[in-house]
Amino acid sequence: MSDNPAFSKQARSASAEAALMPPVNVFEDTAGITLYADLPGVPKDKLNLQLEADTLTIEGELSLDTPEGMEATHAEIGLPRYRRVFTLSKELDSEKVSAELRNGVLKLRIPKAEHAQPRRIEVKVA
Amino acid sequence: MSYRSLYPRDLFAELDRLQQEMQQALDLSPSIRGLNRGGFPALNVGSTPNSVEIYAFAPGIDPDAIEVQLEKAVLTIAGERKPDLPGKEEKSTVHIDERYAGRFRRVVSLPDDVDPNQVEARYRDGVLHISVQRRQAAQPRRITIE
Repeated sequence: MSDNPAFSKQARSASAEAALMPPVNVFEDTAGITLYADLPGVPKDKLNLQLEADTLTIEGELSLDTPEGMEATHAEIGLPRYRRVFTLSKELDSEKVSAELRNGVLKLRIPKAEHAQPRRIEVKVA
Repeated sequence: MSYRSLYPRDLFAELDRLQQEMQQALDLSPSIRGLNRGGFPALNVGSTPNSVEIYAFAPGIDPDAIEVQLEKAVLTIAGERKPDLPGKEEKSTVHIDERYAGRFRRVVSLPDDVDPNQVEARYRDGVLHISVQRRQAAQPRRITIE
C-alpha cells in the first residue's frame, strides 16, 4: 500500500497531530452533495478546508476564551483540533464547492459536474 | 461518544492520550450525578480560584432556545437541536447521519461555593460558555501575621 503515492501523502498530513473526528451528516440529491460537520469552538479564521485532487480535508482549531490560570477539571473535548478527510468521487465538481460556517456548524455544498447530472431521456414515438 | 478521536498513525501519542484520559477519570472525585461522558452537548469544565467555567459544545442551536438553570450548585443545560436532514419529499439519499438531533439535557454538580447570583452565559461559535463566580469567603486568602 505504501507504494501508492496518494496514500502515503495523506498519511503524512494526517499523522501530524492528533485530532478529534467531528460528527457529520452527508446527503445527496440529484444536483449534488451536502455535508454538515459539527465544529463547535472553531472560529472562521481557524477553519481550514483543503481540496487536493479528490481529497477533501476539513480541519479546525478550537479557540475558547479561558480565563487566566484556569485548571481543567473535566474534558470531553480533550484535543484542541478537529480533522476529517473524505475522498470525493469523480462526478463531483470540486471547483464549485461552497462553504458556510455558522454557530459552529460547517455546511458544505458540492455540486455534481454538469455532465454527471441526471438527464431525463425523452422517448420518441417513431 | 459523538466526537471520536481520529487516530493518527502514531501509536505512542495515542497511548499517551489514553493514559491521560484514564488518569483524568481516576482523578475526578465521583459525584452522585456523575459526569456521564458522551452525551450531547459535550462538556468541558474548568476552575480558577474565582470562578467555575463550563463549556458546552452545542453547535447549530439558536441561543434563545437553550435553557440554562442554576439551582444551588446544580447546573442544568437543556434544549433541542433540530435535525438538518432533508425532508422525505425531497429526492435525496442520506449517506452519513452522525450528528445529534432532538432534545437534550445535561446536569452538572458544581462546587458548593458557587454563587448562583453571579452567572454569565455566552454563546459563540457553537460553544455555550457559562461562567459562575465563587463566593468570596471561599477564596483562599493570605493571612498577614502581625
